[in-house]
Order: sequence, then structure tokens, then C-alpha cells
Amino acid sequence: MQKFLIILFFIPFWAQAHSVHIGEHFSIRSIKEGLKIVHENDTLFVHSGWYKEGNIIIELPITLIGIDFPILDGENKFELLSIKSNHVLVTGFKIINSGFATTDDPCGIKIYDSKNVTIKNNILENNFFGIYLQYCKNCIVIDNTIKSKSVDEQQIGNGIHCWKSDSLQITHNVISGHRDGIYFEFVTNSLIWRNISYENKRYGLHFMFSNDDAYICNVFRKNGAGVAVMYTKKVMMFNNTFEDNWGDAAYGLLFKDISDSYLIGNKFLNNTTGLHMEGTSRIAIENNLFKENGWAVKISASCMDNDFKHNNFISNTFDAATNGSLVLNSFKENYWDKYEGYDLNKDQIGDIPFHPLSLYAVIIETMPSAMLLYRSFMITLLDKSEKILPSITPDNFIDESPKMKPYSI
Amino acid sequence: MLRIIKFVMQDIVKNKIVLFYTLLLALLSWGIFGLEDNNSKGILTLLNVILLNVPLVSIIFSTIYIYNSNEFIELLLSQPIHRSKIWISFYLGLLLALVLSFIIGAGIPILIFVPSVLGSMMVIIGILITAVFISLSFLSVVITRDKAKGIGISIMLWLFFALLFDGLVLFLLFQFSDYPIEKIMVIVAALSPIDLARILVLLYMDASAMMGYTGAIFKQYFGSNLGLLITFLLLFFWALIPFLISKKIFNKMDL
Repeated sequence: MQKFLIILFFIPFWAQAHSVHIGEHFSIRSIKEGLKIVHENDTLFVHSGWYKEGNIIIELPITLIGIDFPILDGENKFELLSIKSNHVLVTGFKIINSGFATTDDPCGIKIYDSKNVTIKNNILENNFFGIYLQYCKNCIVIDNTIKSKSVDEQQIGNGIHCWKSDSLQITHNVISGHRDGIYFEFVTNSLIWRNISYENKRYGLHFMFSNDDAYICNVFRKNGAGVAVMYTKKVMMFNNTFEDNWGDAAYGLLFKDISDSYLIGNKFLNNTTGLHMEGTSRIAIENNLFKENGWAVKISASCMDNDFKHNNFISNTFDAATNGSLVLNSFKENYWDKYEGYDLNKDQIGDIPFHPLSLYAVIIETMPSAMLLYRSFMITLLDKSEKILPSITPDNFIDESPKMKPYSI
Repeated sequence: MLRIIKFVMQDIVKNKIVLFYTLLLALLSWGIFGLEDNNSKGILTLLNVILLNVPLVSIIFSTIYIYNSNEFIELLLSQPIHRSKIWISFYLGLLLALVLSFIIGAGIPILIFVPSVLGSMMVIIGILITAVFISLSFLSVVITRDKAKGIGISIMLWLFFALLFDGLVLFLLFQFSDYPIEKIMVIVAALSPIDLARILVLLYMDASAMMGYTGAIFKQYFGSNLGLLITFLLLFFWALIPFLISKKIFNKMDL
């Protein structure tokens, strides 16, 4: 027993990792030098300064901590940090000016085939790609600020680019000015939480072939084309905000060939098209707010079995549009501010059904040039008469039980 | 000439209908901006009101006013004053009075709530629309000496530009939807002052993004500085040409 206690007493001393300090006032001045002398599980403290060391490759499970945000400068030539080991933590760096637009996609931080890597609290500016993860598992990207000032779409990569990975957590990052804010391709079982992605050239979030993921409480603002979720199934989309995506081809959220997903509690504010759906099926769309959009929802005739329930539609130019007469989706108990019906039995449900599809929306869909007459008195008259006696709009595109008062969302 | 303008202006400003018009515009503008929490939404609502009411009042009121001033015009003609001068004075007097009431009624609230390019654009458009429809009323007055007929023509003109023209455009769009008609539509839009004004304001309200390809073409034509200049020139011609025609007829008219 005594022997065992003695062994226990000495364990912390064996397991203790070493610390290496790097900086102007220390014996080791460059990170590359520091990396040569470290062992597994050691910690490197990099003190503030301007480090121009080209490509830094991390091949051991170490912790890399920047103190007062030391600057790693790639001088527009190199990839900066390449992580090729499991169990690495990188925190507190300012990473700027990676190489640009070459075929090997130079990045601020790139993680190759690794597990349990954490990238925390870094500032990345003016890099081609910000943070790039490929064939990774259980990695965490948290609290980073990623910015790019490039003007041309071809000259920039994505903010956080994830490729063929699993179980990632992308949390509380602020991304702007990149091509796509967050890019997911073949990524499964992952979480995107509390990120702010704004003013990116293409999509705020670009999502392809990535099943069983969730994105929650993110804000996507003023991106070139909004957010795209494509060729995917089983995605949870909760409490996100899609706002100010305004332009010819901008959508708040674009669904293309996705199925079996949940879109709940999101806010769509001031987008040209709030939600655009194509080839989409079996999606529960509940408790969302569509406010001040050009089109709140555009549902193409290739969509089926989507359930719109308990949503608020407020101050949209058009609440809905569709490109055919086939309607295989259902609308139930939504609040429409354009509803003019009554509620005699006071159960908060309107007694006559609501037709979300206005005649003008149908005309626009077949003939976009008719937008010329937007806000014309003539059109208002036509819409009113169609509301009273629907003849051209599909008669099964209705909410049988419209809510009288908006939900508090 | 200045004295005639002054007399006409004073006469109109004292008129109860013009006072009512000013009050109505003021009530609508303050009311709309007070009710809408979003001022740019408010301006969109106000746009409809302005594009409907301002032409109506301008054209009907001017027509009736000129018919009622028939004896005064005859009196002036017995003096050694050139006919053109009398006609121009009447036009300017009416224009100044109605523009004044538009600025007091709608212009001030618009500029207070939306002090931007859009706001000033709305005010300029309101003034131009007033000028255009007064000019049209002068034309309908010289077409016929019969007061009832003249007012009828005025109402028809207003109805045509405010309502029927858009129906016609919609019809054309349906008939020629298989052809690339976007560029032709630009010219067609220029054929109605109200449409011209509406499109101009919509382009400044970012609504062009909703118009897709058509919006892009319209932005290309009307959105640039040159396009803006051309639009204003077109509206200006709309105000000038009917008046010049009416002046020509008036000069030769047997009173």
C-alpha cells in the first residue's frame, strides 16, 4: 500500500509537460526553433511580436499559446500554420497575409487528417482561406475572428472550410469578407453554433452533402447570396437569423434537394427572397418569423410534404410564390398579416381560409417583366378582386386555419 | 405678366378647394409617417397616394379654374397684352399655387421624416407631376369650349394614366411574353408620366432587386445619372409639350 502511495505521489512529476517561451526577450526567438526542441504535450508560449517564418508545421500534440496576439505574417506567399497531429491547441494568435489563389489553397490555419484539434480565440486577417479542416474528427473551432478585405470573388477562399470531416464544433466565430463564410462539404454529425457571418462575397454558410448536422443561433447578414443548404438530409436549423441579403440573386436561405430536416425558430428579415425551396421534401418549418422580405417563401412545384406551421408572415411584399399549379405542401395555423378574415367563435383561428398566393405573385412568376407594374394602383385592384373570387391562383394553396394574432417569436 | 401671375396665385391660394387639398395632403403624410414605424415603408404608401391624388386634383382643379376664369381672360384680351403672355401667366400662376400647397402639405413632412435623396426625389417628382397634369388640363380646355366636355376629358386623361395605362401594359406583357420585350418596356413606361415617376422612386428604394432581369435593365436605363437626367427631361417634356400645343391653339382660337 505504501509503495503504491509513493508511486501515486510521483505521477504528477513524470507526467508534467515542459513549457517553452518564444519571443524577443527569450533565448528562443523563432517559432520554428521552438518547435524543434519540444516534446509531446509540451506548451509553447509565443510572446507578442512580428513573426515572418513562412510555413510552420506542427507534427506533435502540443499546445501553442500566443500572448498579446503575436502576429504570424505569411507575406502573401505561404500557408501559415499546418497542423498534422492530433490533440493540438492553437490560441491567441493574429494570423495575416497567407499566400493567394494558388492551386494548393494556402490557408491561415490548415488541419490535415487530425483528431481533437482546437483552434481558439485567434484573429485571422487577409488570408486566402481562413481555417481549413480536411479529414478531421472531433475538432473545435471557437471564438475566432476571420476577416478578408479582398474584392474579387476569385481572389479569396472561404472563412472556415470543412471537407470530409466528422463531429466538428464551429462555435462563436465572426467571419466577414470571404467567399463563403462557413463551407461544409461531406461533413457529418457537426454543430455550427452562435457564429456571425456577414458581408461575405458568396454565401454566409454553404452546406453540401453534409448529413446529420445542426446549425443553431447563427446570424447571417448581408452576404452576396445568403445561405445555401444543398443535397443534404437530416439537418437541424434552429433560431438562426437571416437578414439583409438583398440583391438580384440573394436568398435568405436556399434549400436545394434536401429532406427530412427541421427549420424551427428562425428569423428571416429584409431579404429579397426569405426562403427559396427546390426539390425539398419532408421539412418541418415551424415558429419562424418572415418579416419585410420581398418574397417570404418561394416554393417550387418540385417540393413535397413540407409543413409550414405556426409561422409569422409580416410586412412581406409577397408572402408566397410558386412556379406551378401543383401544391403538395401544407400550411397550418400560420399568422399572415394580410389576412382579412374574421373569427366568430373567438378561438384565435380565422374562420375562412387564407390564400397566401396573390394573383400578382403568380403573374410575376410566369412573367418577371410584370414587376414593372409593382405598386401600381391597377395591380392592387386586380389582387383585391382575385382575393374575393380566386380563379387563376391554385385553389389548394391555402392555410385552412390562419391565426388571428401573431405568435411571439 | 408678373401682375397676372400674382393675381392668379392670390386668387387660387384663397380658394377653399386648394386649402382643403393642402390639408388633405398634410393629413395623409403626417398620418402615414405617424402610423408606419418604418419611414421607407411610409414613403412607399405615400407614393401611391401622391401618384393618385396629386394628378387628380391638379388636372380637375385647373380645368375648372380656367373655365371659370373665362370672363377674366376675355377682359384681359381686350387689353393690349399678347395672348401667349396671358396663357403662360395663367399656367405659371396655377403651377406656383398648387406646387406651394403640395410642398406645404406633403413636401415638408416627407423631408422631415426622410431627409435623404429618396425624400427629395419624391418631392421633385410630386412637383413635376403637378406641372404635367396642369399642362394636360390646359390642353383639354382648349380642345373644347364646353365646360362639361372639358372636365370629362380631364377625368378621362387622369383615369387613363392612373389606371388604364397599366392595364394596357399588362395586356401587352401577356401578348408579347414570348419575346424579349424588356427594352421596349422601357420606352412604353416613358409614355406615361405616372409610371415614369413610380419606377423612378422604386429604383431608388432598392425594389429593383426584386425586379430581377427587368429591374436590372431598368436600373441600367433609369438608375444611372444619365438615365436620371433623361427621366427628368421626359417628365419636363410631359409638362411642356401639352402646354405648348394648348398655347398654339389658344393663340388662334376664336373666343
